[in-house]
Amino acid sequence: MPIQAECTVAELVRLNEFAYSMTLETGEAMAAQVSCGQFVHLKCGGERLLRRPISVCQWGENTLRVVFEVRGAGTAWLSRRKPGDRVDVLGPLGRGFDLSGRRLLVVGGGIGVPPMLGCAQEAARLGKEVHAVLGFRDEGRRMLTGDFIDCCRSLNVISDDGSTGRKGFVTELVEEFLQAQACGTCDPVLCTGCSGRPAPPEVLACGPKAMLRAVAQVCQTYGVGCQVSLEERMGCGVGACLVCACDMADGRRKHVCKDGPVFRAEEVSWDA
Amino acid sequence: MLDQRVDLAGVELKNPIVVPSGTFGFGREYGQFFDLSELGAICVKGLTPQPREGNPAPRIAETPMGILNSVGLQNPGVDTFIAQELPELRKHDVKVIANISGNTPEEYGGMCEKLSAAGVDMIEVNISCPNVKAGGLAYGTRPELAAEVTEVAKRHAAVPVMVKLSPNVTDIAEIARAAAGAGADALSLINTIRGMRIDVKTRRPILKMNTGGLSGPAVLPVAVRMVWEVRAAVDLPILGMGGVSTGTDAAELMLAGATAVAVGTASFADVYAPVRIRDELLALAEAQGLSRISELTGAVRPWE
Ligand SMILES: Cc1cc2nc3c(=O)[nH]c(=O)nc-3n(C[C@H](O)[C@H](O)[C@H](O)COP(=O)(O)OP(=O)(O)OC[C@H]3O[C@@H](n4cnc5c(N)ncnc54)[C@H](O)[C@@H]3O)c2cc1C
Ligand SMILES: Cc1cc2nc3c(=O)[nH]c(=O)nc-3n(C[C@H](O)[C@H](O)[C@H](O)COP(=O)(O)O)c2cc1C
Ligand code: FES
Repeated sequence: MPIQAECTVAELVRLNEFAYSMTLETGEAMAAQVSCGQFVHLKCGGERLLRRPISVCQWGENTLRVVFEVRGAGTAWLSRRKPGDRVDVLGPLGRGFDLSGRRLLVVGGGIGVPPMLGCAQEAARLGKEVHAVLGFRDEGRRMLTGDFIDCCRSLNVISDDGSTGRKGFVTELVEEFLQAQACGTCDPVLCTGCSGRPAPPEVLACGPKAMLRAVAQVCQTYGVGCQVSLEERMGCGVGACLVCACDMADGRRKHVCKDGPVFRAEEVSWDA
Repeated sequence: MLDQRVDLAGVELKNPIVVPSGTFGFGREYGQFFDLSELGAICVKGLTPQPREGNPAPRIAETPMGILNSVGLQNPGVDTFIAQELPELRKHDVKVIANISGNTPEEYGGMCEKLSAAGVDMIEVNISCPNVKAGGLAYGTRPELAAEVTEVAKRHAAVPVMVKLSPNVTDIAEIARAAAGAGADALSLINTIRGMRIDVKTRRPILKMNTGGLSGPAVLPVAVRMVWEVRAAVDLPILGMGGVSTGTDAAELMLAGATAVAVGTASFADVYAPVRIRDELLALAEAQGLSRISELTGAVRPWE
């Protein structure tokens, strides 16, 4: 069950010009419940009525770490906290990633990279074979890549302008990765599994909606499972106010804070 | 010992703090944080005859000390509520108020019958939704339409009927009198105030529906004024709401004329808001030496 508590800031560090990493002393009761892909709802000072949803990046026995970019007044307030300050935290919230697959490809784009680190680490702890593909706008926004190297079998980075890693979009790397999964004899798209083919990976992704849509499409083409973490503006964060609606492929509307933020890609209506 | 009980049209609430429709779902989520029996009553999410998926997102925008919402009555429909949610709510010692919205008077009538038979404690008739028959006009903005819906609801309901008034009118007392004249047992107010926000970079409204309803602390003074005007106009118990985030805010609405007070948007910032506000209100009443919390109702001393 989620908890609402005032937590002490243990550490606030800048990862690059735009991103901040904040470690919160949440106590064991909150930290022990976290699973990867969940988020916390942070009160950002008295002037702002609504909490801000931020994904959990990493968690320990009684701490959790979030990484955020300054987008507006709320995240700017967060970025000005100092160790010892208190932040009102509600969490952990939502349904995270399903790590049951044996081989996983984690895909992160921009500020969608931090939550994938927690996933990669948790999956590695569970003995899974984890690969990572990360996309950044440019070198100045690169972050956390060293941590991914420590827990992933492979890491590939790509950027919009080629200033870090190759130039291009993450989808290209996802497609190349999936292509390389073929046995070498069969057509990678048509091969439904021959003796030479390794177990198909499951793709887990977080990033801008356009990226997620493209990744979902590639996964569909190659017939591999795909889970995506979505964003929507939130009120309560717990499933009571129904503002965080997300259009589903079957015409229904689910709620990002309670039914998600992680959904199976085929559930989501990508045209909305 | 302070007597915390209040009488809302014959329904006894163990304390005057209620949660309003739409901010508290059917109680399951906030029930993880505190025992729902701590509350005087729960108004459930607005129900319609058929399930509704509501409006596209974004459905919320932050405003200075408030929020705009455009949920659009997403709900599982009255039958699913009765089958799946009401039995859960009934496990708690709390009064259940069913909030209903229809497109025609007949739809309101049908829901009143079903909900009365299912054993809710009270029905709250939301007249802020557009009436298809009258060309999309909200029932809550025309006295004769408000009266018609109230009369039909009363005829089909076997439990007290509370009519929820819209603040988007020139003279709320006029609508209150129309509902009272048609037999309403109680009134609740205020529903949200229509508003709009625009992202100056994209030049797009933040809400996908362009406009939405304002709630939260920003609307408190409007709510206090309207409760005061309605109290002066009709002799019916009032469930006051709009922007309450402290016990003092709740006391203000009671002084203006409310019998009980609902706490909505405040829960988004603090999941314990309804219980905290109840405790603050009771402490305030005790400090003032009251023996019954109901002594606050209508006790404002207006200037001549
Ligand atoms: C499940 C989830 C996980 C997230 N994880 C992260 C993360 O790990 N790191 C990170 O930097 N950001 C994350 N975000 C985005 C983050 O919530 C927004 O950047 C933040 O709310 C902006 O607040 P602000 O006051 O700085 O901006 P403002 O634009 O001033 O905010 C105004 C309002 O809009 C809302 N809002 C604005 N942008 C977004 C958005 N993209 N998503 C949801 N609400 C928004 C705010 O919450 C606030 O209510 C996540 C969003 C969601 C839904
Ligand atoms: C997200 C949201 C959904 C709402 N849904 C309903 C509804 O379904 N029916 C209704 O009568 N009022 C609805 N309301 C209005 C509230 O019940 C209440 O009248 C209003 O929010 C003012 O109180 P507050 O400022 O304490 O939130 C909703 C309000 C919000 C914020
Ligand atoms: S934010 Fe309230 S239901 Fe998701």
